[in-house]
Amino acid sequence: MSIKDIKKEFPIFNNKIQNNDLVYLDSANSSQKPQVVVDRIYDFYTKEFSNVGRSIHYLAVAATNLYENTRTLVQKYINAKDKNEIVFTKGATEAINLVANTFGQKHLNEGDEILLTELEHHSNYVPWHYLRKSKGVKIKFAEMDENGDVTLETIEKNITDKTKIIAITHLSNVTGAILPVKEITKLAHSKNIPVLIDGCQGAPHLKLDMQDLDCDFYAISCHKMYGPTGLGILYAKKKWLEELPPYQGGGGMIREVKKEGITFGELPNKYEAGTMATAQVIAFGESIKFINKIGIENIEKHERELTVYGEEVLRKNNSVKLIGNPKDKGSVLSFTLDGVHPHDIATILDEDGVAIRAGHHCCQILHEKLGLSATARASLGVYNTKEDLDQLNESLNKCKKIFS
Amino acid sequence: MDLKELYQEIILEHGKNPRNLGKFENFNKDAEGYNPLCGDKVHVYLKLNENKEIEDISFEGHGCAISMASASIMTELMKDKKNPEVKEILNDFLGMIKQSPELKSQLIKEDEKTKLMSLSGVKQYPMRVKCATIAWHALASAMNYKKDENDNEKFI
Repeated sequence: MSIKDIKKEFPIFNNKIQNNDLVYLDSANSSQKPQVVVDRIYDFYTKEFSNVGRSIHYLAVAATNLYENTRTLVQKYINAKDKNEIVFTKGATEAINLVANTFGQKHLNEGDEILLTELEHHSNYVPWHYLRKSKGVKIKFAEMDENGDVTLETIEKNITDKTKIIAITHLSNVTGAILPVKEITKLAHSKNIPVLIDGCQGAPHLKLDMQDLDCDFYAISCHKMYGPTGLGILYAKKKWLEELPPYQGGGGMIREVKKEGITFGELPNKYEAGTMATAQVIAFGESIKFINKIGIENIEKHERELTVYGEEVLRKNNSVKLIGNPKDKGSVLSFTLDGVHPHDIATILDEDGVAIRAGHHCCQILHEKLGLSATARASLGVYNTKEDLDQLNESLNKCKKIFS
Repeated sequence: MDLKELYQEIILEHGKNPRNLGKFENFNKDAEGYNPLCGDKVHVYLKLNENKEIEDISFEGHGCAISMASASIMTELMKDKKNPEVKEILNDFLGMIKQSPELKSQLIKEDEKTKLMSLSGVKQYPMRVKCATIAWHALASAMNYKKDENDNEKFI
């Protein structure tokens, strides 16, 4: 499929946004949805809806099969050993909260250390923060270097005999740095430390293989993968899911409930309390099929080419300063423009139909390190083209003109 | 929507060369306005005398052209104003930014109205309203004004 054809699969691009063609450069925030995903939600609600895993009528059984089918698709997509290592959550945020909460409860004690990096999104810091108060743990941040990278050596330097878990991003949503997560995991495991990877930006853009990565936990955000909102995935090695306590209590996650006690259900039900985001899970199956149809390797290749092109274009623009020059870079272009605040950039670009994000991108620790309160960020998806980046540059020149 | 309406000459000029920028020595009231959406901060400093008159006012902060210009114009306008007047002008401005097509307060001179009205373009940009009001909310806290329970953009 050519990119032109791929773009046609996304109905949002058929509409004018404030009389402009949409130049969508905010996929790191959330991606647009292909028609197949939108249709799947509609079809499920109109023709197939029922709750899953409970009733035994026809629709309930069919819906359960569809729901479990997505679990298998995800398992294959990330090459997990067992489909029960895939837990659906309400988002990657909940996936990380789940681990912080249950792992923290069982394995962390006063004085223990959690190692994060300065690159982390708030969703991979704030959930751990609560353990400072409840458990008296210490949170350490492996430093970002001037390129916006966190190296293996820096991680190693920060590991002590108190380090109990390492939680790191796969791909920074600000600097675009792709961390050496496989090497970090290997190093951590040599010291018996489990590793959680925040894969929000990794999963939509990079080929994943849990057997090769060997990490203990991997958090995924489905709405960044051309899928519906309200859905995330926690991959966890089976031994952890079996060993850790349940996270939330409710229907669906129990085995037997009596007045004097409760026994909990088998995996993956143990971690899926209450009625789940059923339609979203089923529709997410279509997102995976959509990605598989194009091929994640092709998506990565396309996005890497565009990132290089985008950097070239922006480097030629003397007023633009790119943020981060990591060794291995994902499809994120963060920048500042001389004399123009990122929010003003975003408003002016919006007038041309160019959608970017401005602000701290939920990474205030990182921005503090940069000495900036805000940056502008153009982030790419499978539907973007070189023309989009040319339009970005042209609109940036318009900003300069207004503020000259 | 029209960018020229949002980024009027007055705003661009005040944004680039904000008046009353920087903390002064003998302030006796201060408060910080913060926009969690973008991380922008505006800190307002006041010297309020016994007659509750603003003898001096300044601000520190970093932010977009709109927030800097708004803080700059506000500090110019509020200097030498007394307490009940300050509240009246503040409410009039916030009312205008939120909905009212014009400024009603008799306390604001025509040339001052022109400056304040240059910020009215943000009405069409709901995500930017906070930028225009951040300094004004900081001033309200520094003055110890309480928010109207029924109207977040009004002080009593």
